[in-house]
Order: sequence, then structure tokens, then C-alpha cells
Amino acid sequence: MTDSKYFTTTKKGEIFELKSELNNDKKEKKKEAVKKVIASMTVGKDVSALFPDVVNCMQTDNLELKKLVYLYLMNYAKSQPDMAIMAVNTFVKDCEDPNPLIRALAVRTMGCIRVDKITEYLCEPLRKCLKDEDPYVRKTAAVCVAKLYDISSGLVEDQGFLDQLKELLSDSNPMVVANAVAALSEINESSPTGQPLVELNTSTINKLLTALNECTEWGQVFILDSLSNYNPKDDREAQSICERITPRLAHANAAVVLSAVKVLMKMMEILAADTEFCGGLSKKLAPPLVTLLSSEPEVQYVALRNINLIVQKKPDILKHEMKVFFVKYNDPIYVKLEKLDIMIRLASQANIAQVLSELKEYATEVDVDFVRKAVRAIGRCAIKVEPSAERCVSTLLDLIQTKVNYVVQEAIVVIKDIFRKYPNKYESIISTLCENLDTLDEPEARASMVWIIGEYAERIDNADELLDSFLEGFPDENAQVQLQLLTAVVKLFLKRPAHTQALVQHVLSLATQDSDNPDLRDRGFIYWRLLSTDPAAAKEVVLADKPLISEETDLLEPTLLDELICHISSLASVYHKPPTAFVEGRSAGIRKTLPAAKPGVEEPVPEATVIPSQESLIGDLLSMDIGSTIPQAPVVQPITNVDLLGGDLDILLTGPTPDLSGGAQPTTTGLLGDIFMSTTPVKFNPPKTCWLPAEKGKGLELCGTFSRRAGQMAMELTITNKAMQSMSGFAIQFNKNSFGISPAQPLNVGAVPPGQSLEYRLLLNTSGPIQRMDPLTTLQVAIKNNVDVFYYACQIPIQILFTEDGSLDKRVFLTTWRDIPSANEVQYTLNDIKGTADMISNKMTQSNVFTIAKRNVEGQDMLYQSLKLTNNIWVLLELKLTPGATSATLSLKSRSVEVAPFIFQAYDSILKV
Amino acid sequence: MSSSAIYILDVKGKVLISRNYRGDIDLGVIEKFMPLLMEKEEEGLLTPILQTSDCTFAYIKTNNLYIVSTTKKNANIALVFVFLHKIVQVMTEYFKELEEESIRDNFVVIYELLDELLDFGYPQTTDSKILQEYITQEGHKLEIQPRIPVAVTNAVSWRSEGIKYRKNEVFLDVIESVNLLANANGNVLRSEIVGAIKMRVYLSGMPELRLGLNDKVLFESTGRGKSKSVELEDVKFHQCVRLSRFEIDRTISFIPPDGEFELMSYRLNTHVKPLIWIESVIERHAHSRVEYMIKAKSQFKRRSTANNVEIVIPVPHDADSPKFKTTIGSLKYAPEQNAITWTIKSFPGGKEFLMRAHFGLPSVECEDTEGKPPIHVKFEIPYFTTSGIQVQHCYLELLKLQ
Repeated sequence: MTDSKYFTTTKKGEIFELKSELNNDKKEKKKEAVKKVIASMTVGKDVSALFPDVVNCMQTDNLELKKLVYLYLMNYAKSQPDMAIMAVNTFVKDCEDPNPLIRALAVRTMGCIRVDKITEYLCEPLRKCLKDEDPYVRKTAAVCVAKLYDISSGLVEDQGFLDQLKELLSDSNPMVVANAVAALSEINESSPTGQPLVELNTSTINKLLTALNECTEWGQVFILDSLSNYNPKDDREAQSICERITPRLAHANAAVVLSAVKVLMKMMEILAADTEFCGGLSKKLAPPLVTLLSSEPEVQYVALRNINLIVQKKPDILKHEMKVFFVKYNDPIYVKLEKLDIMIRLASQANIAQVLSELKEYATEVDVDFVRKAVRAIGRCAIKVEPSAERCVSTLLDLIQTKVNYVVQEAIVVIKDIFRKYPNKYESIISTLCENLDTLDEPEARASMVWIIGEYAERIDNADELLDSFLEGFPDENAQVQLQLLTAVVKLFLKRPAHTQALVQHVLSLATQDSDNPDLRDRGFIYWRLLSTDPAAAKEVVLADKPLISEETDLLEPTLLDELICHISSLASVYHKPPTAFVEGRSAGIRKTLPAAKPGVEEPVPEATVIPSQESLIGDLLSMDIGSTIPQAPVVQPITNVDLLGGDLDILLTGPTPDLSGGAQPTTTGLLGDIFMSTTPVKFNPPKTCWLPAEKGKGLELCGTFSRRAGQMAMELTITNKAMQSMSGFAIQFNKNSFGISPAQPLNVGAVPPGQSLEYRLLLNTSGPIQRMDPLTTLQVAIKNNVDVFYYACQIPIQILFTEDGSLDKRVFLTTWRDIPSANEVQYTLNDIKGTADMISNKMTQSNVFTIAKRNVEGQDMLYQSLKLTNNIWVLLELKLTPGATSATLSLKSRSVEVAPFIFQAYDSILKV
Repeated sequence: MSSSAIYILDVKGKVLISRNYRGDIDLGVIEKFMPLLMEKEEEGLLTPILQTSDCTFAYIKTNNLYIVSTTKKNANIALVFVFLHKIVQVMTEYFKELEEESIRDNFVVIYELLDELLDFGYPQTTDSKILQEYITQEGHKLEIQPRIPVAVTNAVSWRSEGIKYRKNEVFLDVIESVNLLANANGNVLRSEIVGAIKMRVYLSGMPELRLGLNDKVLFESTGRGKSKSVELEDVKFHQCVRLSRFEIDRTISFIPPDGEFELMSYRLNTHVKPLIWIESVIERHAHSRVEYMIKAKSQFKRRSTANNVEIVIPVPHDADSPKFKTTIGSLKYAPEQNAITWTIKSFPGGKEFLMRAHFGLPSVECEDTEGKPPIHVKFEIPYFTTSGIQVQHCYLELLKLQ
């Protein structure tokens, strides 16, 4: 007899009938009735009216019946919170049952009932179960702590469950350890402060690594995922973690393999890349990644999306494995498309012949989307691997000959890009392209074709006729095509003015009079005026050289890539978006970044950065649509101040270099320094403020500020002894802070005689422990001398954290600006602005805020600026200045928008000088 | 990490059974699943992960059933998919066939299983052998309450204690498949051997097994570099194998699960000469007929013989009235697979056989174009592996024979 009989019930009075059966004295009858209730629940009938009757069956020694009643409770307790309380007693009793199966069942179910009143009663049984003698109960209780945290985080913290959970990390049973780790990771991720509540340290890491060898495959995933959040303290620790994790790459479970890859990728970031160890590790990563491609198609898909990231981060790992990404005829379409993407990324001169012959094969397949992408891929190969361009073009021509409509259209779109990349090389094929004019019906292909005709108008004899034929249906065309047509006709006119005047007038009137698309009208008017006032200038503007198109079109922005590497095998790695983009609220967790390489491995920071020439960015900003023409703007030679000079003066004028013997030198140069500072634009450092007044420091007065010179951060201190006797034995210590700032050297100050003061420059680095502070820039300092230990807190001016390599490439700037969601944009009004845009730009450059480009829009100056914080947070800014006005609008975009107020503060203080 | 809920749907998207683990997403959200799936399929953008404003669906399809997991967080999606496939495996081992009917027939056990497989979205015990010890279909017949098998929380989570056999036996099979890609000129573009070692273990107690292969790395490290050995490019082991031990000295040591399982799989990228080479000439006369001429040639030693050779040749799906001619073996047309299967019971080395087939084609051409599926060849050669891998020894230590 099967369970399906429970689904068939008499329709009439069903609930009533069940009610009486539930209250039957016979155990068997009762159980049958409960099964019927569950069956009804399964098919979606509302059986909540039976709540009290079902709960009555809860006290039973029949395990199967108990499980069913518990299941019912989980489903309906929320809708009947008052009655659910009836079940509490049984739960509490079951948590003490001699059978561990029942104890675990009770604590597991209780955690799933999200009713406040029940939760209160859960604490005591949970506490006992966490210490249960049976590991099965302990492992269930560990997960229950995470459940409770989800319902009431305060309760978990108040009742000390976090500490109990931490103790379970040292449990003798590996499964208990694994579940405790899973629960802790979950709690850490949803912590309201964004700061992990429980930090992993070396000894817990060792315990986890031991448990890794013994727990189930799932437990291994929990442990590996939590290891990926740990930042080892030095190379040796990172290396030993790698060594102990590498065997996991041979696990049959794909999730274990991918999580192990995640940890290894992160650790490799810390280790020097050129070492033998790292090289060996890279070699070990390739085979397991390849084998993931023989798993189930869904797992393959996840693996391929991740491989896409890994290939961007470390192209070498898979560079010899091109062939494994060739598609199989029975791959699902989503796998095929992903494989194509990776093939293009791996394409190089060495393997291009193979890749092309594959792609050509794909272009004759049946699936339209796949074919299109394959054709596009051929074009991308041509642009990426220059020596192959010719072969790619001839392949594309072959494909055009097939006359398959969508193949032709796709080919024309990519050929346009090839023309742009290699001007004056392949124009001989234009006539073949023109033959297919009539078959093009997609806007992108039409626009591309029109662009080609306009660009090469002088070589196409009947260009005027061709364009004229397009103009007939002008009002019905897609906006993209209309814009291209307008530009193409103007280009034609400038190149062959003889017989095309009528044509150009026609298109200009179509664009300016008949269209209600403002972009089109504006462009029409610009051309019209240019042509009517100064045709020579028009020629220079319209027929100017175009900026080169880049080889890699869809690379992820580097900070995003680093963040995604930390999320390998998770949803974020499949979406290629940070978790904040799709996870709501606090559960989005802490933003993860790759640990910075240790100093010494770091590349040397350039001393002075030249502002990049501007015309290409303007070009990009204007040419959102393909092939529009760009004015050749005169290159503005930026005035750069040599940072070194500024720094030297600064040192000379604001204070003497610290005397290691401890001899105190009185300060004298403040005034002179001020005068000098205002004439030479040197880097701005905030003035010293009093951090520790003498009355609080038992006679020790401490004033100070922060500075950054040539990449070196320092705390500038003035130590004044206002006490009666000499002070000595100075030492300084910083608390954990948001940016990991810590002293790079001991406080080497000798004795300070009474009434004297002393200047000291304490060098800082950012390798200290990190803990998020509120406000973010707070730094708590302890200073010690022979008298006592004193504590004070100061604010770090954020500009000292701006690194020297904070200048973004224009293109990256542009894509990043677009990629950051508008929710992450903050605006601010700067008041009391003095000086021109260039002066402001110079001032900001001194503080490592780099101007990427400058534009003038409707009389307003726009400055595009970028900066990078020491913890690799990028901040992008747009400064809108109206000449003559004293206020300016500053728009900021960053993935970590919480830094915004401090950046604004920095702008205010830097520009005020 | 973490699934919020697991659903099993029928092919139309109706929920057959579901279990809510976290309660952070309304169970009714599943109503959106099917429409979204259809929409994406139409756009040609179907992926196994579907996103809505409320949650993310991750699903697999098996036997006309959808197994769906929902999540609101940045879940470990690789784990979710591996787990979904595991659910199918466990239920198949429980009910022989996972289908609509078996779900209705066993809903009570399925609820129990779902409760044990996953807790708060975290996979727990997923070994069906162990689960069967305390979650039984005949649960109500047991007078004694079931206890948790030690294996659930043991380091050895895949084998129960106290297994007893009168006759202790171990069977071991090495099965290899060659994936080979050749272009139209007959040049091999890519060849890869994917092999697996399957075991059937009927041993008492907690036996310790050690397996020796002619592994190149091992041979070189032990100074036997000259003997015939195989370089295993990538090896994947069943969870019972001690991975760290293998990493250190390449020893494959393990306590096996009871019964049948796959001990390891491996992959080699060596170029192999195809053992049976197929040449095909296909002449397609549109609107009237299509003709096949298939030549199969065995390229292995004359004294070996391939058994149960099966050559599957795809044909157009609108083909009709098949006619065959061959010198050996039998032919069968399977219209439901759009293929003909040529079976040869025994195929000696160094031979060549020929087959001709003829199909009629309808005069009206079908509109959807078809892909170009390859011809498949399946066969067995006893005591022979393409890669040359050999199991050299299998040491066995029976502990705790009570």
C-alpha cells in the first residue's frame, strides 16, 4: 500500500471528518489522519483549522508520527502563534528525550518556528543541546544558533550563544565543527555592524584545517568558504594553508573543488607571484578546472562563469587549455555561449588557427544565438590577435557569401570594428558588403553599414545613391541608424561636395525639422552651422582621426574583478556582479577584497603623474553611438608640480627632521612656512590640532596632524612637556582601525625637559589589524611615558590615504562610472571655491586626486577625477564648476559609498587653502 | 551558502512537494518560476539560474520533474547544484525511479528525507545507504525506535559499523571512454580519455584498502621510472579516499562504502589512435532520399576482439522507410532517437566491415534545421584499457571482524 491513498478524500465535510479521526483513541487511526492532513497540506489545501487537534497528537512515542506533527507545526505555527505556544512543553520535553534522534529533531524544529513566544523558550533547551553528549545533537544545535540569530540577533548575543558556538569549533567531532563554522559564517555575514562578530585566528584556522580531512563533503565546503574570509598574517601562514588545501582539488564533489580554488586564488594574491611555490600552485589549478567541464551541465555553467573570472585575473593558468573549451554538439546552449566567451579570452597568436577553424564551424550551426555569437567572436579575434586579422576577414567574407541573413548582419557589425582597428587595410571588401545592403533589417547592422559607406564615401562610387536609398525611409529608421545616416551624408558631402549638396540639405532638414528626437536635432543643427560658417573647420571636426578601439572589450573593472574572485563559486561569481547588487539589506555582508600584496612585492609607485591627454575621453563621451566624429581638441599640457620639491620644502619649513638622539628643538618656522605655502602650491596638510591637552595628560601636551609625502604617511607630532620634571620612555600604540593604520617604527623620542617641546614625525603604514570604526576615520591612540599611559582619539584626514596610483585609465573610468549603480552616487555642494578649474585640478593632484579629463559643457567646467584609498577602494568623482561662481557641485561614485562624507570633507579642506 | 526552500515540480510547474528551510521567502514565489522559465526559453537566454526581484531560482530537470532551490542571498551556487543532483540520486536509490508517481506514493518518507538532507539550507547527511538505516519506508512496522547510525557524525560517514558477510569479496572494474574530435579530413583534433574505477565491495567490518596503480608520478618517485606507467592528468576521488595521504605519497588508501561505488575518475589528454575508426559517406538528395555508407575498421591487435560493438548513426528526423544492407551484425532503426544502431557482437582486430542504409525523405521539407550530431561508437575489449592503466595490487586489511 502506498501513500497516494491519503490524497483521495471525500470532499464534503473533509475538515470535520479529519477532526474526528485526529481525536480517535486508536494510535493507528490517529497516524492515518495526520498523514491525510499532511497530504492535504502538500497539495496546497489550508488545513490550519486543525491546529489544536494536530498538536494534541504531538505527545507520542511514535517517531514517524512525531515528525509529521512537527512538519505541520513548522508550516502553520506562524499563522496560529497563540496556539503554537501549546506545543512548547512537548518541545522542551523532547529536548530531554533519551533518544538523541528525538532531541535533535526537537531542537531543529523549534528553531524553524519563527514565533517570538516560542523563541523565548528555545534558549534553555538549546543551551543544553549545544553541550549534548551526542555529536548528532550538537551539530543540529550549532545550526540552530544561526536560526535563532536570524530571528533575534540580540538574544543570541545576550545569551552567550556566540561563545558556545565558538567553543564548538574545537569540538572533537568534525561534523560538529563544520556546522559550527557554517553557522558562524552566516552570523558574521549578517552582522549589523558589517564587522565580523567572531574573528578567526591562527589556532582556530588550524583546527578547521584538521577537521577538513575528516568531515563530509558538504562540511568541507563550509570550512573552505569560511577559510576564504581569513587573511593570513604572513607569507608562511598563507603558504601552509595552501599546502593543506591543495589535496581538496582531487575531490569528486565540484563544490569542494571550486571552494578550494577560491581559497587558493586568494592566498596566491598574498604570496609573491614569481616564487616557485606560486608557479607550482598555478599549475595545479588547471587540471581540476578542466575536469569541472565534465560534470553536470548546470555545474559546468557555474564553473565556466568562474573560469571567465579566473582567466581575467590570471591568464596564464589556462592558456594551454584552449581545446577543452571547444563546444560539444550536445552542450546546452548556455554552456556553449559561455565556452565561446572563454575561447575569445584565451585566443592568442599560438592557437588562433585552431580557434578560427572552430568558430567557422560554429557559424554554420543551427542555433541562431550561438551562430551570432560565433560570428562576433571571429571579429573579436581579428581585433585581438593582429596577425590573424586577415584570416578572420576572409572567414567573415566566406560567411557573408552564405547569404544567411543573420550571419551577414552580424558579420557586417564586426567588420565595421575591424575597419576602425585597421584603417586602410581591408577596404577592398567594401563592394562585397554593399551587395548585401538590401538584406539588412536589424538596426545595428544597418547603422554599421551606413557608417562604412560614410567613412569610405570617396571609394564607393555610388555612395550618394546608396545613402539616398536609405533616406527614403528615414523617419521609420531606428534612432541609431538615423544618427549614422546624418553623419554619413555629411561626411560624403565633405569628401565629394560636387553633387551631394541636395542630399545633405535633405538630410539636415529631415533631422532638424521633421524629427522629434533631440539628439538627432542637436546633431543636425551642429552640422548645419558648422557647414554654413566654416566648412574647413567642419572638415577638421567631422573627418578627424578616431580614437583606437581597445582589444579587450568586456573586461571587468579591476576592483570588481578582485571582489568577485573572493566570491568564486557563489551567485555573485555567476552574475559577475557584487553581492550588494542583488542581495538586500544587511545580509549582503561585508564587501570582500583581495588582500594587498605585502610591501616589497609592490610595484614602485611613480613619483609624478601626468594628467592624461584629454581628447580621447571626450571622444568616448561623445561617441556613445558608433562612429560619430570627434573634434581634434588641442592637447592641453598639464602643469604638474614636482611632488618631491613640494615635499622637501615642506620638510624644511614646517619642522626639522626628527633628531634620533632625542634633542629637542623649539618650533620656529610656522609663520614663514605659512607664507611660503600660500605662494607655492605644495601639498596641503591639515594644521595641527591639540589631541591631548596638558591637564588630561598629566602635563604632557600632544598636538598633531597627519601627512603624506611621496607615498609615505606620517603622524606629525608636537610633544610639549608642561610638567615640572623631565619626561622620557615614550611609546605609542594604535587601536585596530578601519584602514589598518599602524606605526611603521617605534616612537623614538628621548627625554623632553620641562617646559620644552619637540617635533616628531612618526612614519605609518597600513599593515595593522582592521576593524571598522564609527566614524570611519577614527583612530584611537595610546601614548605612554614615564608618568602614565594616556588615551586619545583623533580623526585621520582621509586624504593621507589617497595613494599615488589613484589615476584611472580613461576607459576604465568611463565603464566603472557606468557600472556603479546610481544608488551609490552621492552629491555634495562645495562652497567658497576659489580659482579656475586648472588650479583646482592642480591642488587636488597634490593630494593624489587625479584629474582624468576636463570638459566644458554649456559654459561649465567638468572635471573627472579619481582616487584610490590604501585599502583599494576606488572613488570616482565629477566636479562641476561654473566659472566665477563660488560654489561647485561634486558627484561621487564608489562601490563603498560610506567613504563619501570624508572625501567631501577632504575636498573642502584641500580647496580652502 | 544556503537554499531557502526546495521544491519538486511537475513538468507544468505544479508543486508536487516542497520544504521551506529558512522562511525568508514566501513559498508562493514558485508561481513565478514557470512563466519566467518559458520567457527566458523564448528569448534564447535560458540558464539554470533565474533571477526575479524576490529571489534567485536554481533548478535542474530530471525525468520531467524540476527540482528547484530558491535563495535570497549570495549562495554558494556550485554547492546548490551539486546538492540538487544529490537529492535526485538519493531519491532514486530510495524509490528506484524519481517521478511524479513515486513522489505521491512516498510523500511521508520524502518529507523525512528532506528534513535530514538539509538543515536551514545547509546540506547534512546525503549518503543514501546511511539514511536508509534510520529513515525507512516501513518505519511504522518497527517496534523499536530507530537510532542514529554512528556513521552520521563519524569521520567515516559513508559506512556503517557491524557489516557482516559470510564470503568477503571485492570486484573492481576500470571503464574508460575516449572522447575524440576529428575534422572532415579525418585528422584528430582532440582526444581525451575519461576513465573511472568502479568497485563492488562486500566486506565485513571496517576494512582498510590500499590500491596500487601504475601511476607515473609514483613510479618515478620510487625509482621504477622505466616500467610502463601512465601519467594521470587529473584524478578525482570518492570522499572515502584520504586525499592528504595521496598528496603526500600517492597512496590510494580508504575505507570503502558498502556495495557499489565509483572509487575514482581520471582524465588523460594523450593522443590515442582510435580503436575503431568509422568513415561515413552520406548522400542527401533533398525531397527524395538519403543514403549512408558506413565503414568500420578495427585498428587494434589481431588477437584482441571488441565485444558488443554498437555504432549509433543519427539520421534526419523526418526520414522514413529504412532499408539496410550489411555483411555482419544487425541493424535497428529507432525513430524516437532519430538514429540507426548497428550492433556487432564480436569485432576482431584488423578487420573492416561495411554497412549501407537507405531512407526515404518527404517531399515537403521540415522547417526547423537540424544540428549535426556525431556518430557514436560503444564497445568493450576485455582486459584492455586505452590509457594502459593497470591496477597492480589491492591490499586489504580487515579490522574489527567481530
